[in-house]
Amino acid sequence: MLSKRIIPCLDVRDGRTTKGIKFRNNVDIGDPVAMARLYYEAGADELVFYDITASSDRRNIMIDVVRRVAAEILIPFSVGGGIRNLNDMRDVLLAGAEKVSVNSAAILDPALITAGAQAFGSQCIVLGMDVKRVAPSLTTPSGYEMVIHGGRTPMGIDALWWAQEAVRLGAGEICLNSIDADGTQAGYELTLTRMISEAVPIPVIASGGAGAPEHLHQVLTQGRADAALIASMVHYGAYTIKGIKDYLAQRRIPVRLVW
Amino acid sequence: MIVIIDYQAGNLTSVVRSLKALGVEGTVTQNPAVVAQATRVIFPGVGAAGKAMATLRELGLDQALRRSLERGIPILGICLGAQIILEHSEENDTAGLGLLPGRTLALPRAEGLKIPHMGWNRVRFLRDHRVFKGLPEGAEYYFVHSYYPAPAEATMVLGVTDHGIEFPSAIGWRNLVATQFHPEKSGRFGLQILENFLAWDGSDAE
Repeated sequence: MLSKRIIPCLDVRDGRTTKGIKFRNNVDIGDPVAMARLYYEAGADELVFYDITASSDRRNIMIDVVRRVAAEILIPFSVGGGIRNLNDMRDVLLAGAEKVSVNSAAILDPALITAGAQAFGSQCIVLGMDVKRVAPSLTTPSGYEMVIHGGRTPMGIDALWWAQEAVRLGAGEICLNSIDADGTQAGYELTLTRMISEAVPIPVIASGGAGAPEHLHQVLTQGRADAALIASMVHYGAYTIKGIKDYLAQRRIPVRLVW
Repeated sequence: MIVIIDYQAGNLTSVVRSLKALGVEGTVTQNPAVVAQATRVIFPGVGAAGKAMATLRELGLDQALRRSLERGIPILGICLGAQIILEHSEENDTAGLGLLPGRTLALPRAEGLKIPHMGWNRVRFLRDHRVFKGLPEGAEYYFVHSYYPAPAEATMVLGVTDHGIEFPSAIGWRNLVATQFHPEKSGRFGLQILENFLAWDGSDAE
Protein backbone atom coordinates (compact mmCIF):
# COMPACT_ATOMS: atom_id res chain seq x y z
CA MET A 1 0.00 0.00 0.00
CA LEU A 2 1.25 3.45 -0.88
CA SER A 3 2.53 5.31 2.18
CA LYS A 4 1.37 8.79 3.06
CA ARG A 5 4.35 11.12 2.74
CA ILE A 6 5.61 13.47 5.46
CA ILE A 7 7.46 16.36 3.85
CA PRO A 8 9.43 19.03 5.74
CA CYS A 9 9.48 22.40 4.01
CA LEU A 10 12.48 24.74 4.15
CA ASP A 11 12.30 28.42 3.22
CA VAL A 12 15.60 29.58 1.79
CA ARG A 13 16.67 33.20 1.37
CA ASP A 14 20.03 34.05 -0.18
CA GLY A 15 21.23 30.50 0.45
CA ARG A 16 20.22 30.35 4.13
CA THR A 17 17.13 28.85 5.72
CA THR A 18 14.98 31.46 7.37
CA LYS A 19 13.92 29.16 10.21
CA GLY A 20 16.67 27.10 11.73
CA ILE A 21 16.56 23.79 13.52
CA LYS A 22 16.94 24.28 17.24
CA PHE A 23 17.03 20.71 18.47
CA ARG A 24 20.57 19.87 17.55
CA ASN A 25 23.45 22.02 18.60
CA ASN A 26 26.01 20.52 16.28
CA VAL A 27 24.24 21.65 13.12
CA ASP A 28 24.59 25.04 11.51
CA ILE A 29 20.94 25.92 11.97
CA GLY A 30 20.77 28.20 8.99
CA ASP A 31 22.40 25.89 6.46
CA PRO A 32 19.79 24.26 4.19
CA VAL A 33 22.23 21.53 3.16
CA ALA A 34 22.86 20.48 6.76
CA MET A 35 19.13 20.60 7.50
CA ALA A 36 18.36 18.50 4.42
CA ARG A 37 20.84 15.88 5.59
CA LEU A 38 19.35 15.89 9.08
CA TYR A 39 15.76 15.46 7.85
CA TYR A 40 16.85 12.78 5.37
CA GLU A 41 18.39 10.78 8.21
CA ALA A 42 15.38 11.48 10.45
CA GLY A 43 12.97 9.78 8.01
CA ALA A 44 11.57 12.55 5.83
CA ASP A 45 9.94 11.02 2.75
CA GLU A 46 10.69 13.99 0.54
CA LEU A 47 11.79 17.62 1.00
CA VAL A 48 10.48 20.90 -0.34
CA PHE A 49 12.63 24.01 -0.71
CA TYR A 50 11.11 27.42 -1.32
CA ASP A 51 13.50 30.03 -2.60
CA ILE A 52 12.29 33.35 -1.21
CA THR A 53 15.34 35.25 -2.40
CA ALA A 54 14.12 38.69 -3.37
CA SER A 55 16.47 39.58 -6.22
CA SER A 56 16.73 37.42 -9.33
CA ASP A 57 20.46 38.13 -9.76
CA ARG A 58 21.09 35.96 -6.72
CA ARG A 59 19.32 32.93 -8.20
CA ASN A 60 22.61 31.12 -8.78
CA ILE A 61 23.05 30.88 -5.00
CA MET A 62 19.93 28.69 -4.88
CA ILE A 63 21.19 26.51 -7.73
CA ASP A 64 24.35 25.94 -5.72
CA VAL A 65 22.24 24.95 -2.69
CA VAL A 66 20.25 22.50 -4.84
CA ARG A 67 23.46 20.95 -6.17
CA ARG A 68 24.88 20.49 -2.66
CA VAL A 69 21.59 19.09 -1.28
CA ALA A 70 21.44 16.57 -4.14
CA ALA A 71 24.90 15.32 -3.21
CA GLU A 72 23.78 14.73 0.40
CA ILE A 73 20.38 13.03 0.20
CA LEU A 74 18.96 10.04 -1.68
CA ILE A 75 15.28 10.94 -1.57
CA PRO A 76 13.29 13.18 -3.93
CA PHE A 77 13.07 16.91 -3.32
CA SER A 78 11.33 19.76 -5.06
CA VAL A 79 12.27 23.39 -5.46
CA GLY A 80 9.82 26.24 -5.78
CA GLY A 81 9.87 30.02 -5.66
CA GLY A 82 10.94 32.22 -8.53
CA ILE A 83 10.48 29.56 -11.23
CA ARG A 84 9.38 31.73 -14.17
CA ASN A 85 10.28 29.84 -17.34
CA LEU A 86 11.69 26.63 -18.83
CA ASN A 87 15.26 27.76 -18.23
CA ASP A 88 14.58 28.19 -14.50
CA MET A 89 13.07 24.68 -14.43
CA ARG A 90 15.98 23.17 -16.33
CA ASP A 91 18.57 24.80 -14.02
CA VAL A 92 16.89 23.39 -10.91
CA LEU A 93 16.32 19.88 -12.35
CA LEU A 94 19.83 19.55 -13.75
CA ALA A 95 21.23 20.65 -10.40
CA GLY A 96 19.60 17.54 -8.96
CA ALA A 97 16.04 18.38 -7.85
CA GLU A 98 13.41 15.77 -8.68
CA LYS A 99 10.57 18.26 -9.14
CA VAL A 100 9.94 21.96 -9.66
CA SER A 101 7.02 23.80 -8.18
CA VAL A 102 5.34 26.61 -10.11
CA ASN A 103 2.87 28.95 -8.48
CA SER A 104 2.41 32.61 -9.52
CA ALA A 105 4.12 32.13 -12.88
CA ALA A 106 1.68 29.33 -13.79
CA ILE A 107 -1.34 31.49 -12.99
CA LEU A 108 0.03 34.37 -15.05
CA ASP A 109 1.08 32.03 -17.89
CA PRO A 110 -0.71 28.63 -17.72
CA ALA A 111 1.15 27.44 -20.84
CA LEU A 112 4.22 27.16 -18.62
CA ILE A 113 2.72 24.00 -17.04
CA THR A 114 2.30 22.31 -20.42
CA ALA A 115 5.71 23.40 -21.64
CA GLY A 116 7.33 22.07 -18.47
CA ALA A 117 5.43 18.78 -18.63
CA GLN A 118 6.39 18.27 -22.27
CA ALA A 119 10.04 19.11 -21.70
CA PHE A 120 10.63 17.25 -18.43
CA GLY A 121 7.58 15.02 -17.81
CA SER A 122 4.45 15.65 -15.75
CA GLN A 123 5.97 13.93 -12.73
CA CYS A 124 8.44 16.85 -12.46
CA ILE A 125 5.83 19.59 -12.46
CA VAL A 126 4.21 20.45 -9.15
CA LEU A 127 1.51 23.09 -9.14
CA GLY A 128 1.83 25.25 -6.03
CA MET A 129 -1.53 26.74 -5.05
CA ASP A 130 -1.98 29.57 -2.53
CA VAL A 131 -5.67 29.62 -1.70
CA LYS A 132 -7.87 31.93 0.37
CA ARG A 133 -11.41 31.32 1.61
CA VAL A 134 -13.93 33.79 0.18
CA ALA A 135 -17.69 34.14 -0.12
CA PRO A 136 -18.84 32.02 -3.09
CA SER A 137 -19.43 34.19 -6.14
CA LEU A 138 -19.74 33.91 -9.91
CA THR A 139 -15.96 33.98 -10.32
CA THR A 140 -15.24 31.81 -7.27
CA PRO A 141 -18.17 29.35 -6.97
CA SER A 142 -16.20 26.90 -4.79
CA GLY A 143 -15.70 29.59 -2.13
CA TYR A 144 -11.93 29.42 -2.53
CA GLU A 145 -9.88 31.91 -4.52
CA MET A 146 -6.36 31.77 -5.95
CA VAL A 147 -4.01 34.41 -4.50
CA ILE A 148 -0.40 35.28 -5.28
CA HIS A 149 2.38 37.34 -3.69
CA GLY A 150 2.05 35.46 -0.41
CA GLY A 151 -1.68 36.08 -0.25
CA ARG A 152 -1.63 39.82 -0.92
CA THR A 153 -2.98 39.70 -4.47
CA PRO A 154 -6.34 37.99 -5.11
CA MET A 155 -6.61 36.76 -8.70
CA GLY A 156 -10.37 36.33 -9.13
CA ILE A 157 -9.75 32.69 -10.12
CA ASP A 158 -11.60 29.80 -8.53
CA ALA A 159 -9.27 27.35 -6.76
CA LEU A 160 -11.24 24.23 -7.69
CA TRP A 161 -11.40 25.24 -11.35
CA TRP A 162 -7.69 26.05 -11.40
CA ALA A 163 -6.70 22.69 -9.87
CA GLN A 164 -8.62 20.80 -12.55
CA GLU A 165 -7.35 23.08 -15.30
CA ALA A 166 -3.75 22.52 -14.15
CA VAL A 167 -4.24 18.74 -14.36
CA ARG A 168 -5.52 19.17 -17.90
CA LEU A 169 -2.46 21.28 -18.70
CA GLY A 170 -0.10 18.57 -17.43
CA ALA A 171 0.67 19.14 -13.73
CA GLY A 172 1.75 15.92 -12.01
CA GLU A 173 1.06 16.85 -8.41
CA ILE A 174 -0.51 19.69 -6.42
CA CYS A 175 0.95 21.36 -3.33
CA LEU A 176 -2.10 23.01 -1.80
CA ASN A 177 -1.43 25.82 0.67
CA SER A 178 -4.18 27.49 2.67
CA ILE A 179 -3.33 31.14 3.31
CA ASP A 180 -5.93 31.18 6.10
CA ALA A 181 -4.37 28.25 7.95
CA ASP A 182 -0.73 29.04 7.15
CA GLY A 183 1.28 29.93 10.24
CA THR A 184 -1.59 29.32 12.68
CA GLN A 185 -0.42 25.84 13.77
CA ALA A 186 -4.14 25.23 14.38
CA GLY A 187 -4.58 22.49 11.76
CA TYR A 188 -4.85 22.17 8.00
CA GLU A 189 -7.81 23.50 6.01
CA LEU A 190 -9.68 20.19 5.78
CA THR A 191 -12.64 21.29 3.66
CA LEU A 192 -10.43 22.81 1.00
CA THR A 193 -8.01 19.86 0.97
CA ARG A 194 -10.77 17.29 0.63
CA MET A 195 -12.51 19.27 -2.11
CA ILE A 196 -9.36 19.53 -4.24
CA SER A 197 -8.09 16.02 -3.52
CA GLU A 198 -11.39 14.43 -4.53
CA ALA A 199 -11.59 16.54 -7.68
CA VAL A 200 -8.22 15.63 -9.20
CA PRO A 201 -6.64 12.28 -10.15
CA ILE A 202 -3.10 13.38 -9.19
CA PRO A 203 -1.58 13.41 -5.68
CA VAL A 204 -2.25 16.38 -3.39
CA ILE A 205 0.18 17.60 -0.72
CA ALA A 206 -1.60 19.52 2.05
CA SER A 207 0.17 22.62 3.34
CA GLY A 208 -0.43 25.27 5.97
CA GLY A 209 -1.53 24.94 9.58
CA ALA A 210 0.35 21.89 10.88
CA GLY A 211 0.98 22.21 14.61
CA ALA A 212 0.48 18.72 16.04
CA PRO A 213 0.45 15.09 14.82
CA GLU A 214 -3.35 14.98 15.07
CA HIS A 215 -3.49 17.68 12.39
CA LEU A 216 -1.65 15.36 10.00
CA HIS A 217 -3.99 12.53 10.91
CA GLN A 218 -6.99 14.74 10.12
CA VAL A 219 -5.72 15.95 6.76
CA LEU A 220 -4.62 12.46 5.64
CA THR A 221 -8.02 10.95 6.53
CA GLN A 222 -10.80 13.58 6.47
CA GLY A 223 -8.83 15.79 4.09
CA ARG A 224 -8.00 12.88 1.73
CA ALA A 225 -4.47 14.26 1.23
CA ASP A 226 -1.70 12.03 -0.13
CA ALA A 227 1.06 13.86 1.70
CA ALA A 228 1.45 16.50 4.41
CA LEU A 229 3.87 19.42 4.47
CA ILE A 230 5.30 20.36 7.86
CA ALA A 231 7.57 23.20 8.95
CA SER A 232 7.58 24.84 12.40
CA MET A 233 6.45 21.74 14.28
CA VAL A 234 9.69 19.98 13.39
CA HIS A 235 12.00 22.98 12.81
CA TYR A 236 11.70 24.08 16.45
CA GLY A 237 12.01 20.61 17.89
CA ALA A 238 8.49 20.23 19.31
CA TYR A 239 8.09 17.01 17.31
CA THR A 240 10.28 14.57 15.39
CA ILE A 241 9.37 12.94 12.08
CA LYS A 242 9.69 9.56 13.80
CA GLY A 243 7.28 10.66 16.54
CA ILE A 244 4.76 11.92 13.98
CA LYS A 245 5.01 8.71 11.94
CA ASP A 246 4.62 6.50 15.01
CA TYR A 247 1.50 8.48 15.97
CA LEU A 248 0.05 7.99 12.47
CA ALA A 249 1.02 4.29 12.28
CA GLN A 250 -0.75 3.63 15.58
CA ARG A 251 -3.86 5.05 13.94
CA ARG A 252 -3.46 2.79 10.89
CA ILE A 253 -2.23 5.42 8.48
CA PRO A 254 0.31 3.76 6.14
CA VAL A 255 3.65 5.52 6.61
CA ARG A 256 7.25 4.59 5.88
CA LEU A 257 8.71 3.38 9.19
CA VAL A 258 11.99 1.81 8.09
CA TRP A 259 14.71 4.00 6.56
CA MET B 1 33.08 0.69 -17.60
CA ILE B 2 29.60 1.28 -16.16
CA VAL B 3 27.43 2.88 -18.80
CA ILE B 4 24.26 4.87 -18.13
CA ILE B 5 22.17 5.06 -21.27
CA ASP B 6 20.93 8.56 -22.10
CA TYR B 7 18.03 8.62 -24.55
CA GLN B 8 16.66 12.02 -23.52
CA ALA B 9 14.10 10.44 -21.20
CA GLY B 10 14.44 12.34 -17.98
CA ASN B 11 17.07 13.44 -15.60
CA LEU B 12 20.05 11.16 -15.04
CA THR B 13 21.60 13.34 -12.34
CA SER B 14 20.38 11.21 -9.43
CA VAL B 15 21.60 7.95 -10.99
CA VAL B 16 25.07 9.44 -11.51
CA ARG B 17 25.11 10.82 -7.96
CA SER B 18 24.05 7.50 -6.43
CA LEU B 19 26.92 5.73 -8.17
CA LYS B 20 29.23 8.47 -6.95
CA ALA B 21 27.99 7.81 -3.40
CA LEU B 22 29.23 4.22 -3.94
CA GLY B 23 32.58 5.52 -5.14
CA VAL B 24 31.89 4.65 -8.78
CA GLU B 25 32.05 6.88 -11.82
CA GLY B 26 29.32 6.14 -14.35
CA THR B 27 29.67 7.01 -18.04
CA VAL B 28 26.56 8.71 -19.44
CA THR B 29 26.27 8.10 -23.16
CA GLN B 30 23.99 8.21 -26.20
CA ASN B 31 26.57 6.41 -28.32
CA PRO B 32 26.03 2.70 -29.22
CA ALA B 33 29.80 2.28 -29.70
CA VAL B 34 30.32 3.26 -26.05
CA VAL B 35 27.58 0.85 -24.93
CA ALA B 36 29.45 -1.91 -26.82
CA GLN B 37 32.45 -1.32 -24.51
CA ALA B 38 30.38 -1.47 -21.32
CA THR B 39 30.92 -4.07 -18.63
CA ARG B 40 27.64 -3.07 -17.00
CA VAL B 41 24.64 -1.10 -18.27
CA ILE B 42 22.10 1.01 -16.41
CA PHE B 43 18.99 1.82 -18.45
CA PRO B 44 16.94 4.45 -16.58
CA GLY B 45 14.24 6.77 -17.87
CA VAL B 46 11.01 8.56 -17.20
CA GLY B 47 8.49 9.89 -19.69
CA ALA B 48 6.33 8.50 -22.46
CA ALA B 49 7.04 5.13 -24.11
CA GLY B 50 6.35 6.30 -27.68
CA LYS B 51 8.90 9.10 -27.74
CA ALA B 52 11.42 7.00 -25.82
CA MET B 53 11.29 4.14 -28.33
CA ALA B 54 11.59 6.54 -31.27
CA THR B 55 14.69 8.13 -29.73
CA LEU B 56 16.27 4.75 -28.91
CA ARG B 57 15.86 3.61 -32.52
CA GLU B 58 17.09 6.88 -33.95
CA LEU B 59 20.26 6.65 -31.86
CA GLY B 60 20.76 2.93 -32.55
CA LEU B 61 20.53 2.20 -28.85
CA ASP B 62 17.84 -0.46 -29.32
CA GLN B 63 20.38 -2.71 -31.04
CA ALA B 64 23.08 -1.76 -28.53
CA LEU B 65 20.84 -2.90 -25.66
CA ARG B 66 20.00 -6.16 -27.43
CA ARG B 67 23.70 -6.87 -27.95
CA SER B 68 24.41 -6.07 -24.29
CA LEU B 69 21.82 -8.67 -23.28
CA GLU B 70 23.40 -11.21 -25.66
CA ARG B 71 26.90 -10.45 -24.35
CA GLY B 72 25.69 -11.45 -20.89
CA ILE B 73 26.78 -8.27 -19.07
CA PRO B 74 24.62 -7.19 -16.10
CA ILE B 75 21.85 -4.76 -17.13
CA LEU B 76 19.65 -2.75 -14.77
CA GLY B 77 16.45 -1.16 -16.08
CA ILE B 78 14.77 1.54 -14.00
CA CYS B 79 11.17 2.84 -14.28
CA LEU B 80 10.53 3.46 -18.01
CA GLY B 81 13.61 1.30 -18.54
CA ALA B 82 11.74 -1.57 -16.84
CA GLN B 83 8.75 -1.09 -19.16
CA ILE B 84 10.09 -0.67 -22.67
CA ILE B 85 12.29 -3.76 -22.40
CA LEU B 86 9.05 -5.72 -22.94
CA GLU B 87 7.43 -6.39 -26.33
CA HIS B 88 4.68 -3.82 -26.19
CA SER B 89 3.42 -0.88 -24.13
CA GLU B 90 -0.17 0.24 -23.76
CA GLU B 91 1.22 3.75 -23.38
CA ASN B 92 1.02 5.25 -26.90
CA ASP B 93 0.35 1.66 -28.16
CA THR B 94 4.08 1.31 -28.78
CA ALA B 95 6.23 -1.68 -29.73
CA GLY B 96 8.93 -2.15 -27.10
CA LEU B 97 12.48 -3.51 -27.29
CA GLY B 98 11.28 -7.07 -26.77
CA LEU B 99 14.23 -8.05 -24.57
CA LEU B 100 11.71 -9.89 -22.39
CA PRO B 101 8.35 -11.36 -23.47
CA GLY B 102 5.38 -9.45 -22.10
CA ARG B 103 3.52 -6.16 -22.13
CA THR B 104 3.45 -2.87 -20.26
CA LEU B 105 -0.04 -2.13 -18.96
CA ALA B 106 -1.81 0.90 -17.48
CA LEU B 107 -2.46 0.84 -13.73
CA PRO B 108 -6.23 0.40 -13.42
CA ARG B 109 -8.09 3.47 -12.19
CA ALA B 110 -10.37 3.15 -9.20
CA GLU B 111 -12.30 5.43 -6.87
CA GLY B 112 -9.96 7.11 -4.40
CA LEU B 113 -6.81 5.73 -6.05
CA LYS B 114 -4.32 8.31 -7.28
CA ILE B 115 -2.59 7.84 -10.62
CA PRO B 116 0.36 8.36 -11.05
CA HIS B 117 1.35 6.00 -8.26
CA MET B 118 3.72 8.48 -6.62
CA GLY B 119 5.59 7.97 -3.36
CA TRP B 120 6.93 5.18 -1.15
CA ASN B 121 5.67 1.63 -1.25
CA ARG B 122 6.83 -1.85 -0.32
CA VAL B 123 8.02 -4.64 -2.56
CA ARG B 124 7.19 -8.26 -1.74
CA PHE B 125 10.04 -10.27 -3.20
CA LEU B 126 8.93 -13.62 -4.63
CA ARG B 127 12.32 -15.04 -5.54
CA ASP B 128 15.84 -14.75 -4.20
CA HIS B 129 18.04 -12.67 -6.42
CA ARG B 130 21.50 -11.29 -5.70
CA VAL B 131 20.49 -7.75 -6.67
CA PHE B 132 17.84 -7.73 -3.92
CA LYS B 133 19.88 -9.20 -1.09
CA GLY B 134 20.21 -7.61 2.35
CA LEU B 135 17.01 -5.56 2.27
CA PRO B 136 15.08 -5.47 5.53
CA GLU B 137 11.43 -6.36 6.01
CA GLY B 138 9.31 -3.21 5.77
CA ALA B 139 11.75 -1.33 3.52
CA GLU B 140 10.02 0.97 1.04
CA TYR B 141 11.04 2.29 -2.34
CA TYR B 142 10.18 5.44 -4.30
CA PHE B 143 7.76 5.05 -7.20
CA VAL B 144 6.41 7.45 -9.79
CA HIS B 145 4.57 5.85 -12.71
CA SER B 146 1.19 5.21 -14.35
CA TYR B 147 2.11 1.99 -16.21
CA TYR B 148 3.70 -1.26 -15.03
CA PRO B 149 5.63 -4.13 -16.62
CA ALA B 150 3.81 -7.47 -16.99
CA PRO B 151 6.29 -10.13 -18.19
CA ALA B 152 4.74 -13.14 -19.95
CA GLU B 153 6.52 -15.66 -17.71
CA ALA B 154 5.66 -15.79 -14.00
CA THR B 155 9.27 -16.73 -13.19
CA MET B 156 10.40 -13.33 -14.50
CA VAL B 157 8.49 -11.54 -11.73
CA LEU B 158 10.94 -11.10 -8.86
CA GLY B 159 8.81 -8.81 -6.68
CA VAL B 160 5.34 -7.27 -6.50
CA THR B 161 3.80 -4.09 -5.09
CA ASP B 162 0.24 -3.17 -4.16
CA HIS B 163 -1.50 -0.09 -5.56
CA GLY B 164 -5.10 -1.01 -6.25
CA ILE B 165 -3.78 -4.18 -7.82
CA GLU B 166 -0.65 -6.20 -7.09
CA PHE B 167 1.71 -5.44 -9.97
CA PRO B 168 5.26 -6.62 -10.84
CA SER B 169 7.69 -4.02 -9.45
CA ALA B 170 10.92 -6.02 -9.83
CA ILE B 171 11.45 -8.25 -12.85
CA GLY B 172 14.38 -10.10 -14.35
CA TRP B 173 15.70 -12.82 -16.57
CA ARG B 174 19.28 -14.03 -16.97
CA ASN B 175 21.60 -10.97 -16.96
CA LEU B 176 18.77 -8.45 -16.97
CA VAL B 177 17.07 -7.08 -13.87
CA ALA B 178 14.67 -4.12 -13.73
CA THR B 179 12.76 -2.17 -11.12
CA GLN B 180 9.63 -0.09 -11.58
CA PHE B 181 10.75 1.97 -8.56
CA HIS B 182 13.75 4.27 -8.43
CA PRO B 183 16.61 2.75 -6.38
CA GLU B 184 18.55 5.99 -6.91
CA LYS B 185 15.87 7.92 -4.98
CA SER B 186 15.06 5.28 -2.38
CA GLY B 187 17.45 6.15 0.43
CA ARG B 188 19.97 3.67 1.72
CA PHE B 189 17.99 0.56 0.71
CA GLY B 190 17.93 1.81 -2.87
CA LEU B 191 21.66 2.37 -2.61
CA GLN B 192 21.99 -1.21 -1.36
CA ILE B 193 20.28 -2.43 -4.53
CA LEU B 194 22.68 -0.41 -6.69
CA GLU B 195 25.64 -1.74 -4.71
CA ASN B 196 24.33 -5.30 -5.16
CA PHE B 197 23.94 -4.66 -8.88
CA LEU B 198 27.56 -3.47 -9.14
CA ALA B 199 28.71 -6.72 -7.48
CA TRP B 200 26.40 -8.99 -9.49
CA ASP B 201 27.96 -11.25 -12.16
CA GLY B 202 24.78 -11.38 -14.23
CA SER B 203 23.80 -14.92 -13.41
CA ASP B 204 20.08 -15.63 -13.08
CA ALA B 205 18.02 -15.76 -9.90
CA GLU B 206 18.94 -18.50 -7.46
